[in-house]
Amino acid sequence: MLAATDPWIRWDWISRHGDDITAALREHVYLTVVAMAAGLVISFAVALVARRWRWLQTPLLGFSGLLYTIPSLALFAFLLPITGLSRSTALIGLTSYTLLILTRNIIAGLDGVPADVLEAATGMGYGSTRRLVRIELPLALPTIMAGIRIATVTTIGLVTVAALIGQGALGALIKEGIERPFRTPLVVGSVLSIALAIVADVALALLLRVLTPWTRKRAAP
Amino acid sequence: MTHFLGEVFGWFTTSAHWHGSDGIPHRMWEHSVMSIAAVAFALAIALPLGIWFGHRRRGGMVLMNVSNVGRALPSLAVLGLGQEALGLRGWPGFGARPAFIALLVLAIPPIVTNAYTGVSEVDPDVRESALGMGMTGGQVLRRVELPLALPLVMAGVRTSAVQVVATATLAAELSWGGLGRYIIDGIGRQDNVMVFAGALQVGVLALVTEVVLAAVQRRVVPKGLQSGENVPSAVPADARPR
Repeated sequence: MLAATDPWIRWDWISRHGDDITAALREHVYLTVVAMAAGLVISFAVALVARRWRWLQTPLLGFSGLLYTIPSLALFAFLLPITGLSRSTALIGLTSYTLLILTRNIIAGLDGVPADVLEAATGMGYGSTRRLVRIELPLALPTIMAGIRIATVTTIGLVTVAALIGQGALGALIKEGIERPFRTPLVVGSVLSIALAIVADVALALLLRVLTPWTRKRAAP
Repeated sequence: MTHFLGEVFGWFTTSAHWHGSDGIPHRMWEHSVMSIAAVAFALAIALPLGIWFGHRRRGGMVLMNVSNVGRALPSLAVLGLGQEALGLRGWPGFGARPAFIALLVLAIPPIVTNAYTGVSEVDPDVRESALGMGMTGGQVLRRVELPLALPLVMAGVRTSAVQVVATATLAAELSWGGLGRYIIDGIGRQDNVMVFAGALQVGVLALVTEVVLAAVQRRVVPKGLQSGENVPSAVPADARPR
């Protein structure tokens, strides 16, 4: 049986397919970045609407919760009759999955800004938009970034599922490894996907540290 | 669009789709039994682990890190690597075993971490008072810590179960059945009606799982611990791709 003797990694295959692997990695990053960017824009709008009209919060979060509960492959499948086996299908599905986590954390972050801080800002003459941008968002950033990190890591994992609808970047390598009696692409796709998620998570954590210097001083005794 | 939905309706009312090994009842049965088995075994392994470490307040860092790495692990990769590790590729009908192992691996972390967090974050004053009243460690665990941890424990079970139902769909990519077959085979045959019908069934099964377990959670959680209001908490600590 071939499967029993095939090694986990064939380095010669990797060196011969360097360009394919790089292209898959780049596509993986592209899908993740676009889905996250679209998700952030939509989530901000939804969060602001939900905070302005509180009665909308439950239905809005309920709808993103519904999207989040539907298994990814089923969500992609629902889109197939409309957008086909295309990149758009993957991007729409991936974006939908970021909404629940991002919206919840943006609302929770903004709600967590102390009332006296808001009052002080208003007293200093801040208008509501300037107060949001200069005061509320920076203070809510740790909670929002926690959501961005979870959503990013989740999206990087979910991109692989899009391989089943003909997209999926590193997922396509995993799929190839599952379907053929040849393990190397499976291992390469899996390892790179996990590595990408860890790198992204650490990078976002560092970004938060740089963006919120005031949170570091508190740690000193 | 109306025409397409009409075709989907026609698919569901076609008698042939309700019989045999590729029929809806059989696929639904496969999917449910596989999911229930995976969650049941995961509970048997994960609950004692999470509760014990939570009770001793030990190993939290390790558990949290394992669960974080778990989040980065794509389900499809777990399925593929599981199949290879078991050396069962290409054996007809053997897709079920790697699928089960993969689902089990993915079902465990949310249950362990939530049970750990639930038990270990019980107010130290409450524990102290229980001990002061003369309860033994086991009594504190059974009568104080477990009831207080129940909301989080149930939340973990819910996350885990919904995720298992979702990942069982992907297992159709291995040579296993379940409702994912309709989606995978439909894509292969470029039959969007079949794909859509499969997606509907998977979506409904996932939603039913979520709703039923939410109802169970409401029933088993002590009255005093239920929060009526719908305040968005920040991070769902157990979210992961499926």
